[in-house]
Amino acid sequence: MAKYLLLKHYRGAPAPVNDVPMDQWAPEEVSAHVQYMQDFAARLEKTGEFVDGQALAPEGAWVRYDGEGRPPVTDGPFAETKDLIAGWMVIDVDSYERAVELAGELSAAPGAGGKPIHEWLEVRPFLAAPPTITGCPHGD
Amino acid sequence: MDEALLRSLTPRVLAVLVRRGADFAAAEDAVQDALIEAVRVWPADPPRDAKGWLVTVAWRKFLDQARADAARRRREDRVDEEPPPGPTPTADDTLQLYFLCAHPSLTPSSAVALTLRAVGGLTTRQIAQAYLVPEATMAQRISRAKRTVSRVRFDQPGDVATVLRVLYLVFNEGYSGDVDLAAEAIRLTRQLAAAIDHPEVAGLLALMLLHHARRATRTAPDGSLVPLAEQDRSRWDTAAIAEGIALLQAALARDRLGEFQAQAAIAALHADAPTAEETDWVQIVQWYDELTRLTDSPIVRLNRAVAVGEADGPRAGLAALAALDDSLPRHAAVAAYLHERDGDLTTAARLYAEAAHQAPNLAERDYLTRQAARLNASRGR
Repeated sequence: MAKYLLLKHYRGAPAPVNDVPMDQWAPEEVSAHVQYMQDFAARLEKTGEFVDGQALAPEGAWVRYDGEGRPPVTDGPFAETKDLIAGWMVIDVDSYERAVELAGELSAAPGAGGKPIHEWLEVRPFLAAPPTITGCPHGD
Repeated sequence: MDEALLRSLTPRVLAVLVRRGADFAAAEDAVQDALIEAVRVWPADPPRDAKGWLVTVAWRKFLDQARADAARRRREDRVDEEPPPGPTPTADDTLQLYFLCAHPSLTPSSAVALTLRAVGGLTTRQIAQAYLVPEATMAQRISRAKRTVSRVRFDQPGDVATVLRVLYLVFNEGYSGDVDLAAEAIRLTRQLAAAIDHPEVAGLLALMLLHHARRATRTAPDGSLVPLAEQDRSRWDTAAIAEGIALLQAALARDRLGEFQAQAAIAALHADAPTAEETDWVQIVQWYDELTRLTDSPIVRLNRAVAVGEADGPRAGLAALAALDDSLPRHAAVAAYLHERDGDLTTAARLYAEAAHQAPNLAERDYLTRQAARLNASRGR
């Protein structure tokens, strides 16, 4: 099993196919979208592949050390211009192929007109400690 | 083994040890040891006075520990002042724990964690689960808080207002998992109200009960928010409402108004209305005026603008809103609502979308997005 981070972007990702802002959807379409995401997470909990997921606020700031005795430099918050992460989900799956398959499913959440939004999701593997025993004959 | 009894006795036994001069961490270890002993011994040989038994055993464990540790010689001097044997005085030492746990040297989150641990008798794991953080993180937070208060002496009079603030924070978390923090806050505030006679303690307890009474109706089965006006009032907990109102009236009769009593009065007016339309908004505005006088909080003035909008019409509400800083949390949501009631659906839809962007949690974000979507859909895409 390996962990992957699925990132939903507010901006900065390539434009999705069904690119209608959420407040322009019908209320039932918003509900259907939310329901899809909840069902998705619930299903992964059942298969034992769900680790954690959270939504994030749209405002973010860049912060940097600015030398001894000085407060950190902050840039922003600029909600308008930066690539921002809307939320994330961590999954623990058998293979990279499975992670991509699940991300694909999540990207098919229904949007305006009940059609899949085809949003881009970023899939990033977690770095893990090297195995203490390599070449185990039984595999994992 | 009566677990509820043990849980209610734990903080009281802890309080006795701390008052006798044991430091917080050592007292807690001793109480834990005594509880283990109780689990072992009580089934075969139940004590007549459970609290007295626990105090005696815990105090002995503490002495053993203190004597065993040569480096703790200074504390041994205090041990010499061991009180005479006999029944534990019935004075409620728990109160001291409340004040210690709400000590101003602690950050709010540490104060909350320590209160749940020491006064509430919850395990570190339960608190961690309630706050959705890893157990190790919560253990660190609690032990750091204990270190901070170990330097605090009990001779300083505590500040009730700080204790109430901590309990209010616990209530507002309200996560429901293994431990329901809202119910826990009510339990603790009830204890505090029994221990000290203070109108604001009664006010806070009333406020919690009145809010808690509506809890089941505040979210739909799918987790989405149900606004007050659309809640099913037949499912409100009438017993809790009656108790809250009785507490509030008794507190108000003493003519020492404070912000929790004023907030409870507003909650009571909502709880008392048979339908949303029958809500006494004029009186609610008057209570918001009192509350503004007591706290001068911009959040209170924002809520007042909503009430003014209901009492005197959306234009009056918008005028009240215009005096406030638009960077306030939920400012856009309030503005959207008032504009919608005023018939300006375009502005309302734009503001709902903006409010959704600023929403502090997912349920609110979804709710506000739906509001924007509803208005945009009604105008045609």
